[in-house]
Amino acid sequence: MFENEMNLSFLSLSENESFARVAVASFVAQLDPTLEEINEVKTVVSEAVTNSIIHGYPEKNGYIYLNCKISGDRMELIITDHGIGIKDLEQAQQPLYTSRPDLERSGMGFTIMESFVDQFHVTSEEGNGTTIHMVKYFKTSKRAIYSEV
Amino acid sequence: MGTAKSVTRRNEWQVMSVNLELTTKREHQFLIAALTGELDHHSAEAVRGKLDLELEIHPGTHLILDLSGLTFMDSSGLGVILGRYRKIKSLGGEMAIVNIPHAIEKVVQISGLHKIMHFYRSKSEALREMKGGLH
Repeated sequence: MFENEMNLSFLSLSENESFARVAVASFVAQLDPTLEEINEVKTVVSEAVTNSIIHGYPEKNGYIYLNCKISGDRMELIITDHGIGIKDLEQAQQPLYTSRPDLERSGMGFTIMESFVDQFHVTSEEGNGTTIHMVKYFKTSKRAIYSEV
Repeated sequence: MGTAKSVTRRNEWQVMSVNLELTTKREHQFLIAALTGELDHHSAEAVRGKLDLELEIHPGTHLILDLSGLTFMDSSGLGVILGRYRKIKSLGGEMAIVNIPHAIEKVVQISGLHKIMHFYRSKSEALREMKGGLH
């Protein structure tokens, strides 16, 4: 089975949002996903990285770590920050809830991530940061077809 | 074009950032704003600033947001759209969205924006319907 892995670390600057999503999209292109699947990957990366920038490191910049593994038709994505963490994880995951209405956040970030991937899990500890773990299967991937043969 | 006469150069402006371009055109009380490129948290700031300035200078403006040129949008983009909607409503205007490209359809669908805002397939349809609704 085809396998590959990459790690990225970058500062929590908004300029890096497009860099991160393009980097991951290019990497998973090896699995030959559809345009729609690529768009979904770009969106979840953008949501997770933006969360770290806005909520993880609200005052001073820190590093965001991105790990991406591909294997067959499966993508595993882990995005971690060592920022301030989320106080109430359950509340944060409610659709339309935002801790920063002052910044015009829509409160849809977690909902979008959950809808665009097959497995979604967040862990967070106040003062120690947040990790978002996502798994997505590329249903129309050529590699998925090959692995069934 | 019949509408071209009502548009002066003074009423058209453009904002560029690395990934996003905003072009606006005013036709009487309507502001038509077209976004091209990627609308994320990074590019949202410039869009918000420019549109708000325009809305505050001309209270009662009706906004038609043309999204046909967007290749990417995430929840930060939804935040900008919702924010402008609230602002326009508070200033006595109406807002419509036209030309949702395929790339952002799913995000828009999940957001439920269609429940509170008008969506049209073209600018001319939006102008016609909105002008009709105002009389």
